[in-house]
Amino acid sequence: MTELPYVAATELAALLDAGDISAVELTETLRARVEHLDDKLHLFLKRTDERALSDARAADARRSSGDRLSLFDGVPIGYKDIFVTRGVPTTCGSRILEGWVPPFDATVVERCSRAGLPILGKLNMDEFAMGSSTENSAFGPSKNPWNLKTVPGGSSGASAALVAAGGAPWAWGTETGGSVRQPASLCGVVGVKPTYGLVSRYGMIAFASSLDQAGPLSRTVKDSAALLTIAAGHDPLDSTSIPQAAPDYLEGIDRGIAGMRIGIVKEIESGDGMQPGVGERVQEAYQRLEKLGASIEEVSLPSFEYGISAYYLIAPAEASSNLARYDGVRYGLRSSDGSDVGAMMARTRAEGFGDEVKRRIMLGTYALSAGYYDAYYGKAQRVRTLITRDLERAYASVDLIACPTSPTTAFKLGERTNDPLAMYLSDVFTVPVNLAGNAAISVPCGVSADDGLPVGLQLIAKSLDEATMFRAAYAFEQDLGWIDSPEGRPPL
Amino acid sequence: MSMTATDLYETTVGLEIHVELATASKMFCGCPVTFGQEPNTRTCPVCLGLPGSLPVANERAVEHTMKIALALDCRIAEHSLFHRKNYFYPDMPKNYQISQYDLPLGYAGAVEITGGFGTTRVGITRVHLEEDTGKSIHVGGSGRIHDSHYSLEDFNRAGTPLVEIVTEPDIHSAEEARAFVNELRALLESLGVSDVRMEEGSLRVDANVSVRRAGETAHGVKVEVKNMNSVRSVGRALEYEQERQRKALESGERLIQETRHFDEKSGTTSSGRAKEVSSDYRYFAEPDLVPFEPTAEWIERIKSSLPELPAARRERFVAQYGLGSADVEVLTSTTSLADWFEAAAAAYKGEPKKVVNWIVADLFRLLNEAGIEVGAAKISPAQLARLVELVDSGAISGKQAKQVLGDMFATGNDPEAIAAERGMQQISDEGALDLVVAEVIEQNPGVADKVRGGNIGPLGFLVGQVMKKTKGQANPGLVNDLLRSKLVE
Amino acid sequence: MPIDRAAVDHVARLARLDLSEQERRRMSDELGKILEHAERIQALALDGVEPTSHAVAIRNVMRPDEARPSLTQEEALSNAPVAEGGRFSVPRILEEEE
Ligand SMILES: [Mg+2]
Ligand SMILES: [Zn+2]
Repeated sequence: MTELPYVAATELAALLDAGDISAVELTETLRARVEHLDDKLHLFLKRTDERALSDARAADARRSSGDRLSLFDGVPIGYKDIFVTRGVPTTCGSRILEGWVPPFDATVVERCSRAGLPILGKLNMDEFAMGSSTENSAFGPSKNPWNLKTVPGGSSGASAALVAAGGAPWAWGTETGGSVRQPASLCGVVGVKPTYGLVSRYGMIAFASSLDQAGPLSRTVKDSAALLTIAAGHDPLDSTSIPQAAPDYLEGIDRGIAGMRIGIVKEIESGDGMQPGVGERVQEAYQRLEKLGASIEEVSLPSFEYGISAYYLIAPAEASSNLARYDGVRYGLRSSDGSDVGAMMARTRAEGFGDEVKRRIMLGTYALSAGYYDAYYGKAQRVRTLITRDLERAYASVDLIACPTSPTTAFKLGERTNDPLAMYLSDVFTVPVNLAGNAAISVPCGVSADDGLPVGLQLIAKSLDEATMFRAAYAFEQDLGWIDSPEGRPPL
Repeated sequence: MSMTATDLYETTVGLEIHVELATASKMFCGCPVTFGQEPNTRTCPVCLGLPGSLPVANERAVEHTMKIALALDCRIAEHSLFHRKNYFYPDMPKNYQISQYDLPLGYAGAVEITGGFGTTRVGITRVHLEEDTGKSIHVGGSGRIHDSHYSLEDFNRAGTPLVEIVTEPDIHSAEEARAFVNELRALLESLGVSDVRMEEGSLRVDANVSVRRAGETAHGVKVEVKNMNSVRSVGRALEYEQERQRKALESGERLIQETRHFDEKSGTTSSGRAKEVSSDYRYFAEPDLVPFEPTAEWIERIKSSLPELPAARRERFVAQYGLGSADVEVLTSTTSLADWFEAAAAAYKGEPKKVVNWIVADLFRLLNEAGIEVGAAKISPAQLARLVELVDSGAISGKQAKQVLGDMFATGNDPEAIAAERGMQQISDEGALDLVVAEVIEQNPGVADKVRGGNIGPLGFLVGQVMKKTKGQANPGLVNDLLRSKLVE
Repeated sequence: MPIDRAAVDHVARLARLDLSEQERRRMSDELGKILEHAERIQALALDGVEPTSHAVAIRNVMRPDEARPSLTQEEALSNAPVAEGGRFSVPRILEEEE
């Protein structure tokens, strides 16, 4: 048997049901593993060991009396610290929220708790999810288990690193412009960006509301499908939640991809800042999909290249407004400086926010301000329409679109911190999907020949067509066999 | 008529009115909408603006807004959206207000108002829905904002649904503005969507006022007047402001665009400090709420749920009860008064007009003195009807009835019981009165002679003397007849 | 092209960010670069293209007007930096603040 920390949640469920392991045993094992990892990788902003153990004990009691809450009752999970947790400090990676203890649970947390998933703790992230490396955390960067000198990606970097290194079978991250898929790609795990509106945003601290979406991270495709099944579906507390129940995404996941039409994007050239090793792996992946029975065709997405431009106007604009509430009045940090309330707010925000957050607040405020709205925010929203139309046009002839998740593998810590634009460009393939609202997944396709670091293949589905996406990713993963091989594990 | 100084100037007023809706829960969360609770006991993650919380629109608030819009003859937008209005203020939990911008729920309506000025059609630019802020209290100094040491915030009110109604600049006098606010209040009351209490802030009126020389085409400088806490202060503030601006123009002073606050005590407006920067609210579509696209069926359902509106009711009162416009004006000033009148008229056996006089003259005075609405009065419509019937039957005199009404108003007791308790009866016995009449003529020979000489005028004085001697219990009609038969015929 | 200093100051004020002199200088530079990249969209033909403000085509989402329990005063104030008499306390409010 695989060592417990590397067993997939879907398999852990079977072991728990069979009585081969207990939830307490599992939780203890993961806690010990986390202990070992956290020193090296800096993953947790808050560990909830005691609570996880008592949750696990309760799960064991339920199982023994034959009334488990779900198949996964007792399988622990970690949450990006963007999810609000009742009674557990939630910082969103920011000084400005240090010490805040929320009086409520995010819907995602509530649904996972209702399914019996013990909570391991709150995971590090770029401050307010603004970043692609986790270096923007106010509490120090996390590291990539594949190479401690590199970043795990971001902003859900610690969630991806935790899962990659066997600290938990799965974790929740969130996306605004690729913050689940990109770290998944950089850490060699699976990461999902569900259709906008599929998973409730209630209790997920807002970055850019029209783009934000929670997403699972796991080592296997099935685990992501299972975790999404637990949390997806209508929530009356989120007005943008799609008013329908979510299907069971495990159902039919193994039906294969014979006859599936997969598009590759004409406009993505191998040049353009793409690392050669990444290009190679992704090309192989396309061939593998073809071998598995899919037909590969070229599709044209001319507006894709404008995604970053539009994104870096829309997301900061919404963020500038979403982050206005951090003012030192009701919760979080308050500067001792300031003779009047306006000065107090301005000082609190100057002291509480990090550089990247300030930069985006400034950018967004500028883009919305009188005289610039039409040229920037208004235009960016029209580009958003073009991107959505391009995708819709493509889906007339294909079922899925395949491309790299990230143009590069994990980059070195500090390498891009002084060049915000270079950092932004690492989201070039993920951002258009957030703008359009579609579903997408990043699935590992091995390591790059040039640096031995993981490469991710991105599969972009139509809105609400997660089933097709999971089916293709699963077929690919099974055929590649990488995740179950020793090569699929970081050397840690 | 000579040309007065004010005729040389033209006043233009546009009103911006905020109405707190009387819903069970707040606009975007389930906290109860209540008043006078302990501070911060009606808040939740949503209305405190906690991280991660999200708004969900209150259906009744949306429907109330559509009702108001339809009652103001507005069109309902096919596509309507909430926007965020971004500015920092400590009473605003998110530092943006969820409001509406270029796509309000209702637009392009109108209301007709009548009064001494004739009839004016006031256009309604827009009717939109938004959320209220919390409340600050200022501590230290005089307790006013400008010299306080610090402030305290209570968010119980934050998130209360507010409807904003904006008029076209179709109002040209303080009297018209008053009439408009009165009309709007009556209309909102009839819809049952708000408490419409200006003193308590559930109806707040701001006015944009500008004055220019008559015949000029360029607009005058717009001044925003705030803090008018009653219909009366709307009139006073606008009268003051139009006079202030006229004088300024006359003396060649340059007016500035500013916000001025009305002071109830002095009856004047004063300038708030000029803003350093012009406001830049950075409106954008609220991404946490989806658009509204009311279906034809939905609009139709709301339309058909509208009650009889004040204007229609006024017309009906004229036709059904044969009332004059002055009486109708008073009776329909509030829905509850109009309802009260109709209940009394239904209970009364005689001509409704008679009941009207009692309401418009006597009951209205009592209500004003007590400072209450008719709904809060102890007297019932049926009791008033019976009181008037006592007068009709001659059981008590009109003068006695006024005393009885006073008691009824104070105690809520029945008119028959009060009259009996006070030992009231009307002397209609000719023999008994004849003696008193003769006595009065004898004691006032000069006056009696004048009447005999053909001057009927002082007859009333003699009637009064008889009433005095009988402690008001004489039947005044009979006294009149007796005096005439002795002195005139 | 860096954005001008007056704009940086104006935006910092709107955003209630008390930036240092050094931060302001850097903002003017960095924002300029990012906006330059964003300028690429100015070249696109966008006439007649509707803006997208929401990624979902849902309409008329409302909840029934039902009151639910609120937090207690203690819970509401539990994270307050400064509170007094059941209220959140803030430094004095200047009138032009609005
Ligand atoms: Mg307003
Ligand atoms: Zn609330």
